[in-house]
Amino acid sequence: MHLFPQDRCLICHEIIHPAIGWGALFSQEKEHFICPKCDGRFEKIDGEACRICNRPFHSLDGKFRDGNLCHDCYRWEEEPEWQGFLDKNNSLFLYNDFLKEVIAKFKFRGDYVLAKVFAPFFKDELARIAPDFLVPIPLSRERLVERGFNQAAALLIASGYPTTELLTRIHSEKQSKKSRSERIHLPQVFKVEPNISLEGKKVVLVDDIYTTGSTLRHAAKLLKEAGAASIQSLTIAR
Amino acid sequence: MRFTIKNGILLPSNTIEDSRPISQIPALPQPPLNQDYHFNGNLQQLLTGKQLLLNDIPFPLNEIQSHYENGYVTYRHGIIYKGKQPACARCGNKDQQWFAYYPCARCGETCLYCRQCIMMGRISGCTPLIGWNGPVPDTIHPEKISQWQGTLSKGQSEASNRVVGAIQENKELLVWAVCGAGKTEVLFAGIEAALAAKKRICIATPRTDVVLELTPRLKAAFPEITVASLYGGSEDRHLYAPLTIATTHQLLRFYHAFDALILDEVDAFPYTVEESLQHAAIQARNPASAMIYLTATPNEKWQRECRSGKRAFTTIPARFHRHPLPVPEFIWCGNWQKRLQKNRMPVNVLRWINERIQANKQALVFFPHISLMETALPILRQFAQTIEAVHAEDPDRKEKVQKMRAKEIPLLLTTTILERGVTFPNIDVAVIGAEDTIFTESALVQIAGRAGRSKDHPKGKITFFHYGKTDEMLKAKRQIIEMNREGLKRGLLDC
Ligand SMILES: [Zn+2]
Ligand SMILES: [Zn+2]
Ligand SMILES: [Zn+2]
Ligand SMILES: [Zn+2]
Repeated sequence: MHLFPQDRCLICHEIIHPAIGWGALFSQEKEHFICPKCDGRFEKIDGEACRICNRPFHSLDGKFRDGNLCHDCYRWEEEPEWQGFLDKNNSLFLYNDFLKEVIAKFKFRGDYVLAKVFAPFFKDELARIAPDFLVPIPLSRERLVERGFNQAAALLIASGYPTTELLTRIHSEKQSKKSRSERIHLPQVFKVEPNISLEGKKVVLVDDIYTTGSTLRHAAKLLKEAGAASIQSLTIAR
Repeated sequence: MRFTIKNGILLPSNTIEDSRPISQIPALPQPPLNQDYHFNGNLQQLLTGKQLLLNDIPFPLNEIQSHYENGYVTYRHGIIYKGKQPACARCGNKDQQWFAYYPCARCGETCLYCRQCIMMGRISGCTPLIGWNGPVPDTIHPEKISQWQGTLSKGQSEASNRVVGAIQENKELLVWAVCGAGKTEVLFAGIEAALAAKKRICIATPRTDVVLELTPRLKAAFPEITVASLYGGSEDRHLYAPLTIATTHQLLRFYHAFDALILDEVDAFPYTVEESLQHAAIQARNPASAMIYLTATPNEKWQRECRSGKRAFTTIPARFHRHPLPVPEFIWCGNWQKRLQKNRMPVNVLRWINERIQANKQALVFFPHISLMETALPILRQFAQTIEAVHAEDPDRKEKVQKMRAKEIPLLLTTTILERGVTFPNIDVAVIGAEDTIFTESALVQIAGRAGRSKDHPKGKITFFHYGKTDEMLKAKRQIIEMNREGLKRGLLDC
């Protein structure tokens, strides 16, 4: 008999015994979707980090750092046509092997319910940032049908926030293998929904992983040019 | 996917009004076979005996649909509703906790999906399972199917004859073979008989390691037969083969495929997995087919069924080298956990280990839990700094086993992870805390089975250190003694 379907860990399916070994991320008030053991395998991003992309400095060689920016962000900001579009990225956890596995199961296997694991953390972040619009990075139509859902939108729905589909994709996703220069000079991959006024609005872009930052920067540029006051991004992993 | 029915035929549809997700269409019509239709041979190879998702099939939907309309492809429900109760057609899951919902971009509805088998691709309320209804691919076998040159021991050949009989008569048979009996060779004659009768045959085993180890052996024994080797990420996914070696997980992709299914190490599954495995095995078999179970340690229920005559079985009670199985010795070692908390270990355990180090005799030492093992490691390193410990999540597991094989490690501490599969030619074995519930009868028989494996070193010492004998320990010892007695009686032992 399972009276409480919630009492099993969404990740490892073990029964959750709330009495023992709370990890650092657990708090008593929050709903528990995962067990302390799985919880302990997430590594929260904290300490000194890049002002823009949230990359932690403690694991970064000093030579890849320029003041309060990482070298990557420094180079983006050097280019006049990319300067100042993405104000800040916020990421929850380091993209370690465990998180890789969980995100792969969520996104590629399509285990939608895993969005709940991250929802409490998204809620906290979004309450702090207090955006006007929350925009999931869109998938192409083909990719959406293949996967069945958009993982970024799923994270917002699970967190209880409304999504605003301000962007649509005009090119397919297959750009990850391109070089940095190709990514920078790629023609715009998104277009903006013209019927919503962005004037003076604070927008947060949502995605599952911050990798090169180029997708987010392309989106940020468009939205800022369309009038948005500030653009931040929020991702699970960095 | 959404479908609509027109003229007694299912048609994929993108409009919401007149169509429904497939699970909401109770009876799925199957068009009759059109003999004049020119079917795609590659699709036939891929789909024969399978149940795949659209994402698994590298052909466009309209081609699949056209094969369906001409009777060559079948659509089945991925999720089956009995009233309001959903069940996953692929893995058999009916447990609420293993289902979840998502807003589905494919059917535009809130779709129920199965989490239990999601690693094989997601099955949801709008998922059709796609199969083949046309003729099966032709297989032409060489005159001489088996090239195996080896010989069987008397015990092996008796079991081998029973396997051939079961396969020819589509019966079920349990082969209960002690660790080190040489069970793979026992299958060769049965496989040959199946192939000669143009049957499709599969060997399924829980572990990928075993698939990888068996594949070259079977390819060598049947060099002119196509062998498909299936595990997560393997390249033979689309290969049609008369002989398949697969992890039990991969059975989920098969439907009415095999005329003979051999299930290896049936006892290796946790109880909860067993049900979905049974479901997968039943689906993968043809309704009229043979089923061979291979194990060294059948569970209690199966042992009872064997004794009461309810289950057809055959035993190989002796090892191929004709020496009896070493019998475990029980030694009381007091409250060893309490001692360990004070960073000490029982004197008789320390003596046992020191004797092995002095005599240069390698040993495996089993612990019930990782934390206890890790406390013991520094204590035991007083005898040799090179002693190592290994457990399931140890990233260096393979290297340590390799080093043990190369005799670079005198003593390897381990959890039950090394209870089966791994063999070292000349070792002694100890269990510390054999009373722990993790050490079931079958775990202990498997652990004892690590000793005395090679014909040059057929003896090995097995010691169960305990803080109170358990039933499981007694049953394990009794099982080993029984096997030796039967081996002697049947003339399978030399001493
Ligand atoms: Zn867990
Ligand atoms: Zn940065
Ligand atoms: Zn399932
Ligand atoms: Zn659906």
